[in-house]
Amino acid sequence: MQIIKDKKITEDHWQFVADDQDIPQAGDITVSMSRWLNDKDALVRRGGRTGIRIRSTDQLEGIAGDLAGMPLVELDIAMFGDGRSFSQAWLLRNRYHYRGEIRAVGNYLIDQIFYLHRTGVDAFQLDESRKPEAALAALNDFSVAYQPSVN
Amino acid sequence: MYQYTQDDQTLIDERVAQFRGQTERFLKGELDADQFRALRLMNGLYIQTHAPMLRVAGPYGLLSSRQLRKLAEIARNYDKGYCHFTTRQNIQYNWPKLEEVPDILAELAEVQMHAIQTSGNCMRNTTTDPLSGVCKDEIEDPRPYCEIIRQWTTLHPEFAFLPRKFKIAVSGALHDRAATQFHDIGLHLVKNDAGEVGFKVFVGGGLGRTPVIGQVIRPFLEKKHLLSYLEAIVRIYNLFGRRDNKYKARIKILVKEEGLDKVAELVEQEWQSNKDSLELSNERIESIKAQFAPPDHETSADLDGSFHKRLQENPAFATWVQQNTVDHRVPGYRAAFISLKAPDAPPGDITDTQLDLVADLADRFSFGEVRSTHRQNLVLTDVKQTDLFTLWQELGAAKLATPNIGTATDIICCPGLDFCSLANAGSIGITREINQALDDLDYLHDLGDIKINISGCMNGCAHQSVGHIGILGVDKKGEEWYQITLGGSSENEAAIGDRLGPAVAKDQITRAIQDILDVYIKQRQEDESFLNTVKRVGITPFKEQVYANH
Repeated sequence: MQIIKDKKITEDHWQFVADDQDIPQAGDITVSMSRWLNDKDALVRRGGRTGIRIRSTDQLEGIAGDLAGMPLVELDIAMFGDGRSFSQAWLLRNRYHYRGEIRAVGNYLIDQIFYLHRTGVDAFQLDESRKPEAALAALNDFSVAYQPSVN
Repeated sequence: MYQYTQDDQTLIDERVAQFRGQTERFLKGELDADQFRALRLMNGLYIQTHAPMLRVAGPYGLLSSRQLRKLAEIARNYDKGYCHFTTRQNIQYNWPKLEEVPDILAELAEVQMHAIQTSGNCMRNTTTDPLSGVCKDEIEDPRPYCEIIRQWTTLHPEFAFLPRKFKIAVSGALHDRAATQFHDIGLHLVKNDAGEVGFKVFVGGGLGRTPVIGQVIRPFLEKKHLLSYLEAIVRIYNLFGRRDNKYKARIKILVKEEGLDKVAELVEQEWQSNKDSLELSNERIESIKAQFAPPDHETSADLDGSFHKRLQENPAFATWVQQNTVDHRVPGYRAAFISLKAPDAPPGDITDTQLDLVADLADRFSFGEVRSTHRQNLVLTDVKQTDLFTLWQELGAAKLATPNIGTATDIICCPGLDFCSLANAGSIGITREINQALDDLDYLHDLGDIKINISGCMNGCAHQSVGHIGILGVDKKGEEWYQITLGGSSENEAAIGDRLGPAVAKDQITRAIQDILDVYIKQRQEDESFLNTVKRVGITPFKEQVYANH
């Protein structure tokens, strides 16, 4: 599956494993924050890498201690009008000094990619309404900005 | 006034291009109605009863003559020859075509104007005192800070999708003419004991369905921390404001439900961890301040005697000067209000020819600038007293000199049922009726300072809950009825009006207002204002009179 990562179209193999599905022994996966907090020990012992998928209602404090070395945090945008994910991205970068990948997934608009990128999101899940070329172009919607953010 | 840099211009040009693309995608069916709605609102575009409505930003109400001429041109070429000034110092067009909106925005960009964030769940146009920089009771001119906030809020990447709209107002004078206590954040420039000027910060004020008076979250904020503190408040709001119910999503509800102390504590924690990274340098403040330096006033403008002679010779002119102009900090100058409340015109509306005239008058008499006001009028802030007579004559010929500023016919009024798809009842027609009933100028001036605000629904765009007399249109089984409140105020002693009693029918509302004014005349002591009389005697005498007759 293709995603945008670091401003490039990239092949990607990460899988999200829902709470009611079994954890595979190998392969790179993301799980919900609650599953991560419950099964952390088992998840780090498995073969592949594990990241966390965060909903806009999740509190980041709970995973603050786990972020060092975390390969991927997905921000799950359930509704494009829910702007909490933008602050979560900013907090991950500025407050928690998280340096791994932050990927926007879910129901967001191509028109939000520029803002998401500025707040620290560096990877974007694509779909029918978010085609690779258009998503790449959206990273350059504006060439100037008034306020500092992450990017 | 502030002049765009190349970067400012680039930003609004790129915004026009982005919106053009969004409009095309919508028209091609690539964006659905909900998706386009969120995007178009952030460019001030509503879909209304008859046509789209486009709200153009008037940054803190300040407009140049060149910008006025462009507004006139747009009214002529894309609309029906007029536009409308709002309570938040913005400009609305009621009849643009959806597919032409990108062209309108491109035309606005030519004169450093835009419609960015004039609607939607984001940080809106920052508003201020229309007499900034010229009033005598000023601690410091708030406009440079408004401009700093304008830039910081514009396309802020983190706060473009807040739980609900977010409004900031700044006042620099002792007298609050910007309704700051009814904003999500209100800022007052104040001097502390050490003589330093900073901000008193109010949070959680708002009107609409649940009017709430803002509370002080920080009594004194150093100027250098302005943006970091705003950022902390908005981040806490973005993360914790309710998103489950749009009527409970404003920051006022967060403050009400969590308590001011809890919100203040969260903001403080947030601020402490980020305050150094967003510090405003003195250099930056001074460079913005330089763009708002006072114009070159003549030093002996007060020595001319012709003004006083005119006042004595021409009572109508004297009345206008008395009612529609105010003192200026420079002797020999006055600020002259342009009333957009002529008896037969919808409040706040102005035609293209009137706009062109105001632009010319601004060039000739007030350094090429004009301000829009919270009460939906305009003001030329720097007019020499010698020029007032000519100004009055020319304004009068264009029906812009009705001497009613601050009186009972200087009504704040929303578009109401005539234009707005949310309205339950008409408001413009009621305003016209009240005007007809109060057509005796001597009576009107005798009544003095009375603020009547009329909204056609409980969203309260005309701020009826803070009117000295508030009128709220409600729907009763398909008929238009009106609830009356008394004693509201959006100024320093902020208050929400008390409900008089049951709503009255449409054909009774003007009579009810007349009854209220009659009671005031009977009850007032000497020069006591309407608001003070209501405070002293309470609403009972008014209630008895209104409901005795109906």
